This record gives sequence, C-alpha cells and structure tokens, in this order.
Amino acid sequence: MTGLPIAVVGASAAGLAAVEALRRSGWRGPLTLIGDEPHLPYDRPPLSKQLLHGDWTPEKLTLRTAEQLAPLALDLRLGTRATGLDVATRTLTLDGGEQLGCAGVIIATGVAARTLPGADRIAGVHTLRTLDDALALRSGLANGGAPGSEDVAAGGGGGGRRVVIVGNGVLGCEAAAVARELGHEVTLVGIGPTPMAAVVGTEVGELLAEEHRARGVRLLTAAVDGFETAPADQDGAGDPRVTAVRLAHGGPPGSGGVAAGGGTRLPADLVLLAIGSRPAVGWLDDPALDTTDGLRCDTYCAAAPGIYAAGDVARWDHPVHGRPLRFEHRMNATEQGMAAARNLLAELAAEAPAAAEDAAPAQERRPFAPVPYFWSDQYAVKIQAYGPTAGADRVETTVLDRAERRALALYGRDGNAVGVLAAGLPPRQARALRAVVATPLPWEEARERVAAATADG
Amino acid sequence: MKITLDADKCCAAGQCVLIAPEVFDQREEDGVVVLLDAEPPVEQHDAVHEAAAICPAAVIEVHA
Repeated sequence: MTGLPIAVVGASAAGLAAVEALRRSGWRGPLTLIGDEPHLPYDRPPLSKQLLHGDWTPEKLTLRTAEQLAPLALDLRLGTRATGLDVATRTLTLDGGEQLGCAGVIIATGVAARTLPGADRIAGVHTLRTLDDALALRSGLANGGAPGSEDVAAGGGGGGRRVVIVGNGVLGCEAAAVARELGHEVTLVGIGPTPMAAVVGTEVGELLAEEHRARGVRLLTAAVDGFETAPADQDGAGDPRVTAVRLAHGGPPGSGGVAAGGGTRLPADLVLLAIGSRPAVGWLDDPALDTTDGLRCDTYCAAAPGIYAAGDVARWDHPVHGRPLRFEHRMNATEQGMAAARNLLAELAAEAPAAAEDAAPAQERRPFAPVPYFWSDQYAVKIQAYGPTAGADRVETTVLDRAERRALALYGRDGNAVGVLAAGLPPRQARALRAVVATPLPWEEARERVAAATADG
Repeated sequence: MKITLDADKCCAAGQCVLIAPEVFDQREEDGVVVLLDAEPPVEQHDAVHEAAAICPAAVIEVHA
C-alpha cells in the first residue's frame, strides 16, 4: 500500500464522475477531490436554462448531496485551487502552498468564460459559467429596479429591460431565449451572421434565427468595440454601470442608434458576454504537458504517465475519428471522467502490481471512444446531436416543418457522415439516429439510414 | 435494488434507455424518462448503475 492519494482536480461533472468511478472500480486508497468553487458539485446546463429562468433553485442543480458523497470517503477540498503540477513526481501544488504527492492525478478543471478587457469592472456586464455567475445574471433579469435602471423602470411598458447578449453560440442563444421569455427587450449580437452556425451549420442556425426573431429577439451581426457606462451612484461608490454596448464597425442597415464617429451603440441595462471559453490549463506549467487548446491526451485520456484528463479541458485522440477532439458537452464530462478513472487504475495496477491492494483487479486500459452527444433547449425547440458536428466539411439539412422548427441534419467530413442532428423530433427517432453515426459511415449509406430511422412517425 | 427518479430534472438525453432498455423508457411527447421496472432483477443491476452514473441530469437514484 502506497498511502498516496489519487487526486482529482476539478469538482464539477467530470471530476465527480471520476471519483465515483474510482471507488466503483475498486480504489480503496485515499481520494482527494479539489474544486476552486465553494459549492458541492453541481450541474451546469441548467444554469442558462431553468436556473436563469427562475424555475429551479440552486439546490436543484446539486449533483450529489453531502450524504450521497459520504460513502466515497473523499478528502474534499472545496474553495481550493491547484496552482501547479510536477508531472515526473505527480505532485500537485495547492493555493495554500501545500504540496500533495499523488499516486495518480485526473485533471478535470474545465473551461473558464472568455471576457473582454475591463468588463469585470463594469456593473451589469456578466459572463455565465458558474453558479455564482448565473445567480448574479438571474438577479439582474428578475429585478427591473436595480440601481441605474430608473429610466427603464420609468419608461416602463411591462418593465422589460434592455438586454444585450454578445455572442450567438449555444450559450448566448439559450440565454437570449430565457431573457425574452422573461419579457425583456433582447438583442443578440454575433460576429457571424447565423446563430450557432459553427456547431450546427447555417441552415439549422437560420431555423433557430427565425425562432428567435419570431419571439421578438433582435439579431445583429457585429463585433463589439467596448462599453459605455455611467457612474455607479451619487457617492461614486462601486463600479460604473453599463449603459450601452459599442459595436466596432456599425451594425447592418436599420440596426439604429448610430453614434458619433459612425459606430453603432446599443443601449443596454444588462449585458451578457457569451463569447466562448478557454480551457483552464493556465496552472499547468510543466513542459511535459501540451496545453495548446486544452490538455493534450492520448487515446486513453492520458496526458503523461499517471496523469489523466477528462471533460471540457481534455483534448484527446478519439480512436474512431482519428483526430484530437475536445468537447464542452455535459455528456462527455461524465463519460470521460469515468473512462479516465478506469484507465488510471489500470495503469497503476500494471505499473506496481505489488501495491495493487489499493487498486482494482488488473484490467486493460481502453481507448475512450464515445459517440459525442449534445442538446440545447431554446423556447420549445429541443436540439439533440450525435457525433462531432463542428468542423464538418459537408452539411445536409432537411427541414421537416419550418413553422414547427423540425429539422434533421447530417454532418460529413472527408467523405464520411460523422454527425447527425435532430430538432423537434420524437425521442425515439432522435435516439435511433445515434446508431447512424456511432462510427463514421460513407455519406450515401448514412443518408439512407437516416431516412429509414425517421421514416415512421 | 430499488430505483427512484427525479423526473422533472430529466433533460431527455435518453442515455438510460440506451444502456438499460428493459428498465427505462422515454415519454413519447417530450422524451422525459419513464421507469419500466423500479425493482429490476439482478442481471440488470450493472446496467442500472451505469445509467445512473452517466445520466447528465442526475435524475436516477439507486437504493440498495
């Protein structure tokens, strides 16, 4: 028995899945779970949906209660940040200065929201990645009478505030839907003309754009240049408050509000920056690790001997797709957390059979080969997609019912179909599509199978 | 084994149905999980544990 812990860095979905899988797979040694947020592991997808809407309380997002975690006998370090990792000795440094020597490490630090310079010092400008972010934004959406918004309250007319969402990817679109449902005046600004196009292609993106427009969201194509602000209050205490978003090259004709200098300004009471995210790899400075666009891993999710990664932060060689992939999908976080845990245990058992009493019975490492899955809910439209849809060199979209936003799309790369998307399809049909792209399939064959899978109903 | 669901958290991913089709199904109208067998036989237990672990909304709870 070595007595050294396995440490899992990152206490969100992937980290939680990893510690649970480690115990299920027989790890009886010490197990440390390190999370930089103060909260027990919670679920992120509802942040931009049910939580933001006010339908769910924060408690409902908790993935496991303290009672449910107790049997795992975790050394749980919440509110703790890992600041360094020495790969050769598998030693973590924590923000209190503690050095933690480990039998193995699983890195599941996820991603951090990108922001714009200075934005964190402007009241009313938000990002949306953590529970605390979401609660702050929700409070802004719920409270029409926040400081600085007297003019809006006076202007009344239903109490809706002027909400500008910068970034028309998945997160921006979901938040726009919620803000609109809450009765706010919503403008969705993206650099690309079509929402979510990078992930779903232009035709599905245009279908979503139609739904947003039909619900009263204004869509603009522009880059953001900066913000205009007003002093916080009479005393000058606190951060200045956002009053407008400045667009870089002016909006399209008819977007209104042309400011001096030819740029466009969008009056705003509340701004959400949904401009993507960065893998949280800044703390990994060991040159043995490749941290270009996430932590580079092999097909087993190993970044180095005894060092594995899982979830949004991991860029690994998908054995079926033959290229490094990184997904910021909820499903991948769990699946990869489980896979990394099992493979780490297999490696530990193989490298020190004599010390294997802490570990599970020896098992082979297995390549991590999931069928990627993501979903998005906007208004009543549910989108589900299997396989890597981003990075396609060919997309074929079939709109089944324009008004109902029902559509199917097939995504190809190098002659094969690799991904499929269903919008508004019955669950059984959507599920049947998964099998079509479980492995890349010649394009024509995939088309026939998609047609067969959706023929009835 | 006894299974309980917190079905109003369900995001309709359908992974439980793929893993344990004799225990779980989805509602036809919105894809929300349906429990077919709350006390499944022992040969289903591994699959149920897998489904509970993988559920992206932590909907499935397994009691000993």
